[in-house]
Amino acid sequence: MSALLSVEGLRVDYLTAGEPFTAVRDISFEIQPNEILGLAGESGCGKSTVAYALMRLHKPPALVRRGRILFEGRDVLSFSDKDLRAWRWSEVSMVFQSAMNSLSPVMTIFRQFYDMLRAHGPITKAEAQDRTAHMLEMVGIPADRMHSHPHQLSGGMRQRVALALALTLQPKLIIMDEPTTALDVVVQREILQEVLRLKDELGFSVLFITHDIALMAQISDRIGIMRAGEIVEIGTAAQIVTSPSHDYTRSLWEAMPILAKRPKGARHAV
Amino acid sequence: MLSETPILSLDNLSKTFTLRPAFGRATKVHALRNVSLDLMPGRALALVGESGSGKSTVGRMIVGHHTPTSGRILFEGQDIAELTTRADQMRYRQAVQMVFQDPFSALNPAHTIRHHLLRALSLHQPEADPETALRMILEDVELDPTSTPAKFPHELSGGQRQRVNFARALAVKARLIVADEPTSMLDVSIRKSILGLMQRLKDEHGLSLLYITHDIATAEYLAEDTAVMFRGQVVEKGPTAEVVGAPQHGYTKLLRAAVPDPELRLTGSDAGFAAEARQVRDLSAHPVRALQEVSPGHLIAEHAEAAHA
Repeated sequence: MSALLSVEGLRVDYLTAGEPFTAVRDISFEIQPNEILGLAGESGCGKSTVAYALMRLHKPPALVRRGRILFEGRDVLSFSDKDLRAWRWSEVSMVFQSAMNSLSPVMTIFRQFYDMLRAHGPITKAEAQDRTAHMLEMVGIPADRMHSHPHQLSGGMRQRVALALALTLQPKLIIMDEPTTALDVVVQREILQEVLRLKDELGFSVLFITHDIALMAQISDRIGIMRAGEIVEIGTAAQIVTSPSHDYTRSLWEAMPILAKRPKGARHAV
Repeated sequence: MLSETPILSLDNLSKTFTLRPAFGRATKVHALRNVSLDLMPGRALALVGESGSGKSTVGRMIVGHHTPTSGRILFEGQDIAELTTRADQMRYRQAVQMVFQDPFSALNPAHTIRHHLLRALSLHQPEADPETALRMILEDVELDPTSTPAKFPHELSGGQRQRVNFARALAVKARLIVADEPTSMLDVSIRKSILGLMQRLKDEHGLSLLYITHDIATAEYLAEDTAVMFRGQVVEKGPTAEVVGAPQHGYTKLLRAAVPDPELRLTGSDAGFAAEARQVRDLSAHPVRALQEVSPGHLIAEHAEAAHA
């Protein structure tokens, strides 16, 4: 099986007044079709920089110094601006940590869908409305909320809207950068199960970035552990949970306060 | 044990905010509904709930940012609304300190750590030698006493800044610290060390802690007692071992089940959780009619109009 995305020896520097700061040090990994790859690490380890660089959303002073990003064999780093605009969102999309910042506060939800749809092909307003309604219902939001502004929705609903926006053009890869960190655990669980359900239904890959490795272990197929710009360990979720081989992975596990024991018959397990 | 007076008691505390938008009608938000809690000296009480459950409002009322709409706050048996002399008010404000969620905005970026701590020391411990006291306090919160004082807040990591905030509470000789999500903006890898610090302050200095959090796992780690809030009401409270270990109220059970467990794989085919979450939320939002004692000290709410799940 050929990889959907492969990253080879990617290095990202931030130019500073002094020496350039290397945020991502020659990392390589692959994402297979329909796979969820988790990328875990502390803040400042470079995981978000990887996410931005993959979509070529990184801006100066960040600079990709070395390496290749291949999406279905095509070299993303050599895309022209026009290619990029067409490629972004229709083939790879992104859900950010804070939906408060990724949604425009002055536009209704529908308006944001309409903008995005128009940018990717001719569409009438009525068609766009149907499409928006369908997407919102898919993530569990009543269709009439499309005429609301973001501030009229709760944090969980906004994150669902961001997810619906990312799914509308049926991309093959969705990058999720701490998508549920700002939400409480119950809402977090609901949204992640929604993501898994949609993945079964639509079929897409996910690059899931978080610092919560317990959460990551629950949904990822494979997990990469990052520290100081390097992937120190990458393996299946089961292996990272039960037999981490790198000391740093073990120290991450030890740093987590984990509930002593589960209530019997952990409901809704699998 | 039972004869001990709580250091802090909330007695039927309610808070209603009235929102008056520039246009349109004013709306009322019932942030707290008849909350009663006791915090015993030298112990930690965790106040757990989702965002918007009213847990931060409780903390803010205790330190006097908001005044109760009804109900009383008792500090060592005395109603804080009746502290009218300036000396009494000073004593209370000194004894009760707050540590906020955001360690970045809680310190003045223009001043050094020395300034932050010396100010608190000179106001509340004028008799002590400032340099010695500064050193001792920094050692207490496990910061380097030689290099830290000259630093500015931006030169410290989030975890170190949170330690400075605790140091400031120690500098005024606080006896009760209200910690509102002190670890949730910190990295997972240093979260536990801040919890460890709070544990040590409690055990070695006899400080009482009101630990406000949405993370039930850290509550279990730190607190002897736990109260769970939902939509402004306490739905379950009691010893942490029972509330978190064997929850009885539907909402606590839901919260417990949602904590990420690395050994439990999630799947998309399971719609049961979302359906149950919706149902439990609807049931738990009803007014609490009474608290029922299920075992000594462990109380769960009985909701009006609907029996809980």
